Amino acid sequence: MRKSVSYYVEKYRPIIILVVFMIAISIMRPEFLQPSNLSNVLRQTSVNAIIAAGMSFAILTGGIDISVGSTLAFSGAVSAYMVLNNYNIIVVILVTLTIGVIAGAMNGLFITKFKLQPFIVTLATMTIFRGMTTVFTQGRPISFKSEGTGIMYRFIGKESLFGIPIPIIIMVVVYILGYYLLNHTSFGRYIYAIGCNEDAAHLSGINTKKVKFMAYVINGCLAALAAIIVTARLSSAQPTAGDGYELDAIAAVVLGGTSLAGGRGKITGTIIGAMIIGMLSNALNLMDVSSYYQTIIKGLVILVAVLLDREK
Amino acid sequence: MKKLFSVVLATTLMFAAVGCGSSTTSEAPAADAGASEEVATEEAMTIGLVLPTLTTEFFVTIKETAEAYAAETGLNIVILDSQDDAVKQSSNVEDLITKKVDGILLIPTDSDAVATAVEDLNAAGIPVITLDRSANGGEVLSHIASDNVAGGVMAGEYIVELLGGAGKVVELEGVPGASATRERGEGFNIAMDAAGIEVVARQTANFSKAEGLTVMENILQAQPEIDAVFAHNDEMALGAMEAIDAAGRSGEIKIVGFDASADAVAAVAEGTMAATVAQKPDLMTTTGIETLLQAIAGETVPESVPVELALVAE
Repeated sequence: MRKSVSYYVEKYRPIIILVVFMIAISIMRPEFLQPSNLSNVLRQTSVNAIIAAGMSFAILTGGIDISVGSTLAFSGAVSAYMVLNNYNIIVVILVTLTIGVIAGAMNGLFITKFKLQPFIVTLATMTIFRGMTTVFTQGRPISFKSEGTGIMYRFIGKESLFGIPIPIIIMVVVYILGYYLLNHTSFGRYIYAIGCNEDAAHLSGINTKKVKFMAYVINGCLAALAAIIVTARLSSAQPTAGDGYELDAIAAVVLGGTSLAGGRGKITGTIIGAMIIGMLSNALNLMDVSSYYQTIIKGLVILVAVLLDREK
Repeated sequence: MKKLFSVVLATTLMFAAVGCGSSTTSEAPAADAGASEEVATEEAMTIGLVLPTLTTEFFVTIKETAEAYAAETGLNIVILDSQDDAVKQSSNVEDLITKKVDGILLIPTDSDAVATAVEDLNAAGIPVITLDRSANGGEVLSHIASDNVAGGVMAGEYIVELLGGAGKVVELEGVPGASATRERGEGFNIAMDAAGIEVVARQTANFSKAEGLTVMENILQAQPEIDAVFAHNDEMALGAMEAIDAAGRSGEIKIVGFDASADAVAAVAEGTMAATVAQKPDLMTTTGIETLLQAIAGETVPESVPVELALVAE
């Protein structure tokens, strides 16, 4: 009996932490549970959650991608430029996602083909993509008005379908697809196998290079998807957009119980990790906690989560 | 298991402690409200102040002035930091809408990107006033900012006076396209044109001290003759000062900055900088709060309120 309780606690740890959090917050600030606030929190979380979904793939293979924030900035800038020049909305979305795919493929290529450390490769591409963003935007935000393609594009960031904000719908779809890929396809099993023991996976006939390459492509593509939401929400692409987002995404993955060593963890944990981070900022705002303390508390929460992880 | 619970408990307690510590100011008026209904509306008033960042002294002064104002008058002011991220800023505004604040003072991280947040506030019927940086969208009741063009003229005229009406001048510009860059540059160049002084180099150092240093190093290499430097903010002026110092030309080149940061004021007192233009963030903040309170009370407020500047020179 004892064993089974601890088994379930173990299995559902991220969600238990989330629920404890939500209860604690709503006792202190009842307005937290207002539907409008919860919808705000989920929408605020969607960008980090989508990036973190991609990050889960990279981390599960035992790698990491710190270039996602810059990928978001560059693809967002290009999309804003295209919206400003009234390209067809479908073209805008496809080109934006393609930029993410190319960025991810670049990372994947250097990591698999040239056997470089993921951290170093993505550190380099992070700087390169940020520089490309500054060149492309000339250091200025690219803003568009609510006219032509802009109307449709703003719709993605501002409006709702069936009462649910579109960014939340996109986030849910991403996680359903991610869950399917990781748990119901051979590709997903290969990802875990590589994260556990890359040599063994290679020896058992898995094309490890191809699988790892694909993990980074997915990551880049999702960063570009997040860029669409950010740009549509603000009607503007900032040259500094996404700065530091890679850290929030990594924090979400780790809070969700995924090991940075790879091979162990779940994508369902990642979305909960992202929600904990999002709710934390929202709750601290609602509780009037001084801005100076907010970042300290955020850091402490991540430390606590890692402490819990160590217990195994 | 035990460990898990102890850690979860610790987190919850930490939260509770923080919650209690900060809620004292907001609980007190609520208790009063129960006692006397007449006072209630005035006492329970809460306004939000959304700052773009707290890593710059200017905004820290605004924060501290607002806190002092709140302590003195009993007004509740919720102060949120956006960490220079437009997305974070729009989340902060949404959270304040959830809190149902009576009005908001907003300092945009970016004038265009803030438009959606302002539209959200309009939709929620919450009055909004911008401080320092304007918003390019939505309906803002009033914009309160330093008269940057006048400040640029002030700095330019002082340089003309220092040089006796002739010489070669360098202009270090702020972030391209930012309103402060445009307006300060405009005012400065009005003064230069009027005096017929040549600006031999004009480059951006993005309001950053580190860039002010490297950009000035490069200019010093390229320009053998420089009599004065005007920087659009003090950080760049102080960076340029380092470069000029390292080149051993600190006596001959006059440096004028903008913002009157503590370091710059000290440098002016020491004589290493010639002057800096003081914005008055404290005056800007109190003007902002009072204008917002007038707007909440239903009075009409002026569309823009210029806040005066002052030259700090030895």
